[in-house]
Amino acid sequence: MEERHLICIGCPVGCALTVKTEQGAVISVEGNTCKRGREYGEKEVTAPARTVTTTVTVTGGKIPAVSVRTRTDIPKEKIFDCIRALKGIQIPAPVHTGDIILADAAGTGVDVVATKTVELR
Amino acid sequence: MEAYDVVIIGGGPAGLAAAVAAKEHGIQKILILERDRELGGILNQCIHNGFGLHTFKEELTGPEYALRYIKKVQELDIEYRLNTMVADISPERVITALNREDGLLEIKAEAVILAMGCRERSRGALNIPGYRPAGIFSAGTAQRLVNMEGYLPGRKVVILGSGDIGLIMARRMTLEGAKVKAVAELMPYSGGLRRNIVQCLEDYGIPLKLSHTVVDIKGRERVEGVTLAKVDERGKPIPGTEEEYACDTLLLSVGLIPENEISGKMGVELNPVTSGPVVNESLETNIPGVFACGNVLHVHDLVDFVSQEAAAAGRFAADFIRNKKSFQENQEREEIRDSHEIRIISDGGVRYTIPSFIRPEYMEESLTIRFRVGRVYRDCYVCVYFDEKLVIRKKRLYAAPGEMEELILKKAQLMEYPALKQITIKIQEA
Repeated sequence: MEERHLICIGCPVGCALTVKTEQGAVISVEGNTCKRGREYGEKEVTAPARTVTTTVTVTGGKIPAVSVRTRTDIPKEKIFDCIRALKGIQIPAPVHTGDIILADAAGTGVDVVATKTVELR
Repeated sequence: MEAYDVVIIGGGPAGLAAAVAAKEHGIQKILILERDRELGGILNQCIHNGFGLHTFKEELTGPEYALRYIKKVQELDIEYRLNTMVADISPERVITALNREDGLLEIKAEAVILAMGCRERSRGALNIPGYRPAGIFSAGTAQRLVNMEGYLPGRKVVILGSGDIGLIMARRMTLEGAKVKAVAELMPYSGGLRRNIVQCLEDYGIPLKLSHTVVDIKGRERVEGVTLAKVDERGKPIPGTEEEYACDTLLLSVGLIPENEISGKMGVELNPVTSGPVVNESLETNIPGVFACGNVLHVHDLVDFVSQEAAAAGRFAADFIRNKKSFQENQEREEIRDSHEIRIISDGGVRYTIPSFIRPEYMEESLTIRFRVGRVYRDCYVCVYFDEKLVIRKKRLYAAPGEMEELILKKAQLMEYPALKQITIKIQEA
């Protein structure tokens, strides 16, 4: 049996979790104070994932860049692939909150969406 | 002179939530004055996720969180003016402001809500030796440059201070292709949220050097490197522990200071611990009809709590206008304070509380007391004494200066103690 000590990133409380695993399978999660913590603990030791946020260049807009996010979290090892896939993109203004900037980012099946509205200049 | 019921100074998260609450509590003429080009304040540059879990039960980015409130402000037809700088507020609540369209403005407000937020401590406050080359930024400035203006301030970075903005920027600069070599923290613990140490530093293998500080900055035109050294328990660098880091950029995340120049000038009493106004249960300052909320009152870690606090300020400002008759007489007001004021004393590890005193008759059903502790505690109790009597004893597994604490007092509970003079809040170790 293996034991891992984690800090839950599900919310700012930051519960100290103890996750016990047997041959890669989660046996127990302790220390969490909510459902989210249990889910985080299980996921973090089996398939860790993160939401990625960055900016993408906007042309012809009131501001030069628009903030974006992956709609849900994506596998942790895909973070830099996702960032690279967004690097060359230029989006013409206007862009609206929720617009899809990049569909199926880096083969994750998750879309990258705008988190801000950028009006035409 | 223009006249409004409530004028809110600042259109960031606090100002927006205060405006929405005041309007929802029946106040018609509300004006938000914002110095930037858009509403939303600091949220506009906080493009990372993690906002709104308490308020909206989902994880939003800063701009998304701001948009929820901006939409409410627009739906409620609340007036706002952008690019408008407030220069002065008189104790009679006449606001002097400037912008390009109106020139110089004078606005009379029945109630004022201070929601100006905070600013970053700068290099000047730190006494770091060395030259004054380009490449030294506060973390928040770098955040604005990267996230809003489309510039990358540097490629090889050292960050001093492990406040949340510094941690967030360590990840952000890394994702933008910069190499973040280390985050140095003077204290033996981080000033940021633990989740940010995990997801901003550990995820990217960025070392956090606790009990370390910058003792030298190299480079004349541009930063060429910094020297870090370990510090002793008193924060003094220990000779022989110096390490050189070649870098072109130093980011400073060394604390936030509530922006109270205007408040101080108008005679608002400030608390030296928070650098924010001293307020009562209504979040009202010593000047009747002047309220404060958000980071101008005390620096928060979480915008959700800013929104909650600001909504309370908006409700209390609305009450103030409704009850103006009984409030407006200074004389009468002083009598109320003298007879029914309960002081809240911070003791044994509690650095400050918001509010500083309570007038039970003005309380809502329950009151959230927010406070910070002075150091890291494990397995401690938050104890509340009504005069000498222990009435609340709550266990906390972990408490740290970087994470604001709160406890709830019920009005009914206070009413059981009509002769109550002071409430003491302290930390007891198990």
